[in-house]
Amino acid sequence: MSLSQEQVSQIAYLARLSLSKSQLESNTKDLNNILNLAEQLAQVNTDNIEPMAHPLHMSQRLREDNVSEKDQSELFQSIAPQTGKDHYLVPTVIE
Amino acid sequence: MEWETVIGLEIHAQLNTKSKIFSSASTQFGAKPNSQACAVDLGLPGVLPVLNKEVVSKAVKFGLAVDAHINQRNVFDRKNYFYPDLPKGYQISQLDWPIVGEGEIEITLGDKTKVIGVTRAHLEEDAGKSIHDLYDDYTAVDLNRAGTPLLEIVSEPDMRNAKEAVAYAKKIHALVQYLEICDGNMQEGSFRCDANVSIRPMGQEKLGTRAELKNINSFKFLERAINLEVERQQDILEEGGEVAQETRLYDAVKHETRSMRSKEEANDYRYFPDPDLLPVEISDELMAQIKQELPELPQEKKARFIAEFGLSEYDADVLTSQKPMADYFEKMIVNNADHAKLCANWIMGELSASLNKHQLELLDAPITADDLSLLVNRIGDDTISGKIAKDVFKAMWDGEGSADEIIEAKGLKQMTDTGAIEAIVDEIIANNQAQVEQFKSGNEKILGFFVGQAMKATQGKANPKLLNEMLRSKLG
Repeated sequence: MSLSQEQVSQIAYLARLSLSKSQLESNTKDLNNILNLAEQLAQVNTDNIEPMAHPLHMSQRLREDNVSEKDQSELFQSIAPQTGKDHYLVPTVIE
Repeated sequence: MEWETVIGLEIHAQLNTKSKIFSSASTQFGAKPNSQACAVDLGLPGVLPVLNKEVVSKAVKFGLAVDAHINQRNVFDRKNYFYPDLPKGYQISQLDWPIVGEGEIEITLGDKTKVIGVTRAHLEEDAGKSIHDLYDDYTAVDLNRAGTPLLEIVSEPDMRNAKEAVAYAKKIHALVQYLEICDGNMQEGSFRCDANVSIRPMGQEKLGTRAELKNINSFKFLERAINLEVERQQDILEEGGEVAQETRLYDAVKHETRSMRSKEEANDYRYFPDPDLLPVEISDELMAQIKQELPELPQEKKARFIAEFGLSEYDADVLTSQKPMADYFEKMIVNNADHAKLCANWIMGELSASLNKHQLELLDAPITADDLSLLVNRIGDDTISGKIAKDVFKAMWDGEGSADEIIEAKGLKQMTDTGAIEAIVDEIIANNQAQVEQFKSGNEKILGFFVGQAMKATQGKANPKLLNEMLRSKLG
């Protein structure tokens, strides 16, 4: 499997990364090297093997349904670029 | 050409837990903006989501109620997209291993039933809210809702018209309320419906291209939005055009759907298992405990209403279609076990009609189950007739007091004094000889005239049964 420069540029767009032409070329090459490395797995027979969802052989700890968080909005908003009327403000998004 | 409509629904039900799905911040609606968005909800660096046990238990309850396979091992994934009300840049959701697998639910339309498949139901976190009209030059973001637990219930494309879709949505709506896992408030967005709609030539197997309708916040709008979309697609196809696969926003004010082009390009969500969360393993012990906590479901309640109170299939179905109504009936029946049918009639008749007229929900009715129960009792013990009871009901609705107070104040007590009724009947017969002759010559209908006269003379207070018997014996 290998990725075309077009595909890499699309992936970069989805991740909101701006790549120059030379970055696009080197990134495409790097990504394909990584994919080739992972491709070695295809040589192993994985029939009847459950796909791994997490490298740790443990299961998720569950929390009791209790409210313990206090209102720290002032602290959090003090590091936000822009706030007003208790809200976080961002450039206008039109739907 | 004749077209067939194909509809599938995606329902987002907010699970009514106290705290969020992955944090211990409150989920209470209507709090000061951002006062309930903690470090985990904001996606600040270094935080770790921890799953709420109650969320798991509520999702499993839903699965059990639709006879679904429960995936005791299920996995959370990241769904990546950028939007200001999604602080992490991804939503934690479930893709390949959802908590609830395939199930089904039966809907009723008139006297027909149909089974609708539930493809899956998975857990995810809600996003925050973007407010566009607070500032001219900014979008304001309130992240209180971010991290609220959602159960997304996905149906099979089994519905063939808007009415079926509404019946299914209502059934799921009633079910989550029965299970007490979601408050079902559509105005506040606790229960949201998206509809996937496509059409195809009648008889064709291949599905047409679908449009996804969003922003539907009532059952009425669901029906309207679907019908509108079907018409739009028909127009396009009949003019030789092609339907685009897209998301469309329903505008209830303008009664139109319009394309949300901004969503198109982002349609590649690059899902992958969330490394912050381990796979969920629901133990057999927890499964057993959840099964035990499962309340009586609508179907079971319906069967019990028929067996225990002798209600008809239809009455039992209507009464159990919504939990508040079933609860109201059960409260009424406590002091009225002998008059179950009468209780059912009053809920489905006068009460429902008045609620409709005033556009009220049952929970906001000015007459409580206990109040109405007393009124039905007064019909049952012959204090008043059913006809007079309607006037009493109206007075109760207007806040004039309890049934007994109104009956007393207005002097509505039924006349059961045989002598007094007899005197009135005798007088009417004496004064209406022509009608008496007609009755004697076989005109049975004329009996209604005498009943009417007697009711008029007693202001409707004569016991109808007594009056009928007396008239028949005197005329016959």
